[in-house]
Amino acid sequence: MINIAINKKLHGADGQMDLSVNLTVEDGDFVALAGQSGSGKTTLLRILAGLEEASGTIQIGDEIWLDKKFCLPSQKRKIGFVFQDYALFNNMSVLDNLLYVHKDKRLAESLLEMTELAELKTRLPNTLSGGQKQRVSLCRAMMNKPKLLLLDEPLSALDPQMRTKLQQEILTLHKEFGTTTIMVSHDPSEIYRLAQRVIMLNFGEIVNDGSPKDILLKTSGSQKFSFEGELLDIVKVDVINIAIVSVGQQLVEVVISDDEAHSLKIGQSVSLGTKAFSPMIRGL
Amino acid sequence: MIELFQDLEFEPFLISFKLAGLTTLILFIISIPLAWYLSQTNSKMKPFWESLTALPLVLPPSVLGFYILVALSQNSPVGAFFEDVFGVKLVFNFTGLVVASAFYSLPFMVQPLQGGFESINKNMLEASYLAGKSKFETIIKVALPNMKPALMTAIIVTFAHTVGEFGVVLMVGGSIPGETKVASVAIYEMVEIMDYTSAHIYSAIMVVISFLVLLSVYVFNGKQNKKIGV
Repeated sequence: MINIAINKKLHGADGQMDLSVNLTVEDGDFVALAGQSGSGKTTLLRILAGLEEASGTIQIGDEIWLDKKFCLPSQKRKIGFVFQDYALFNNMSVLDNLLYVHKDKRLAESLLEMTELAELKTRLPNTLSGGQKQRVSLCRAMMNKPKLLLLDEPLSALDPQMRTKLQQEILTLHKEFGTTTIMVSHDPSEIYRLAQRVIMLNFGEIVNDGSPKDILLKTSGSQKFSFEGELLDIVKVDVINIAIVSVGQQLVEVVISDDEAHSLKIGQSVSLGTKAFSPMIRGL
Repeated sequence: MIELFQDLEFEPFLISFKLAGLTTLILFIISIPLAWYLSQTNSKMKPFWESLTALPLVLPPSVLGFYILVALSQNSPVGAFFEDVFGVKLVFNFTGLVVASAFYSLPFMVQPLQGGFESINKNMLEASYLAGKSKFETIIKVALPNMKPALMTAIIVTFAHTVGEFGVVLMVGGSIPGETKVASVAIYEMVEIMDYTSAHIYSAIMVVISFLVLLSVYVFNGKQNKKIGV
């Protein structure tokens, strides 16, 4: 079990902010950290890794990592950390990147086998694609068989197909090694697929904590669909108003009444829902 | 033509290169921790240390030479200490030249190294710490191998700059043949006695060597940058 009770003053874009987190994570859990940028997710991860200072306590099982007088250095925490920008050692081959962490050739080979990188093991990082680099980074993080695996938006720089594939690999490794995993992510589908628990941070505080289904599903009541989007424009056509809303990567048109047109402001966030019809779903 | 070369003393060149080699080696060892500190610190003292290391770039060599001369002479505590304890004189001999050159060429070693350390992705260093490696091991195995162009620039430019040194060397070393008479000082003396032929040959040798050294740096750095994809 991991007990975290930390406090740190941050200088964010909107002035000073207190990162104040009280949290208990069960062994073997997969926890997603979500929230707007600047809410303190990455900082929390870095504090756990010992890369940033904070006051408070961190306890992992019966090991103390941080308390009033003591801070265990990063070197001794045995954490697996996957950076958003991979942070591979460019001067070492794929295999050497793994062996640098721990000289266990069998483990390294088997990790590379699991992630289909065995053929690339003598290559230098700069000759690999983004997805391959992130897989190497993931394997490297597993080399010291970490009790705690921290992932900082590991897949945000990758295309959707590569994401899905890597999500599967993260899940496999998480289960295979029985690590406790904490991942920063913005992508609801990714969180839903991987995590058992979502923690939402806002301005340094936990504002929501629960299962991905409870927190991420936005529909309420008899709504069948509900999407969040941004209102881009309202166009008057004859007697009706058409709102143009950007949802995800797509633009949609919605007919709205005069009253609605007056109450909405262009540029604001809106929730777009519908009810009382049967949605159709077909494969693409 | 051949006779011309036979009459020439090449010892000043040897002394120049010996001095430059030793100075570069000493500075390399001193500058790595210093440049690392400057690249990693957020201390308020950083501008102070940066200005201090850059001082030899802007000071007239005579000013630097004068202070070094005063500081190392037998009348100063430092000079007296070295004389009493080690029996070494620090001025008007080769040892003094090395000490003076180390001060004078310090920024040429520190600045490229600091730039190199600063250019390294911080996450890469952190990944090394998280792998359980100490700062020392991280510098040797991760930082330095990933900044070869900066390393090369620091070493070669320091070497070349020390070879090209004149003012400080003349003040601290004088011009003792076989001991402190380096190539640049030798050229100065040849011009003084109007031996222009020798001065021409010496100067031409200096130009060619310096150019080749710089050329090798740029060619190497161009290749390295292509290799690591900068």
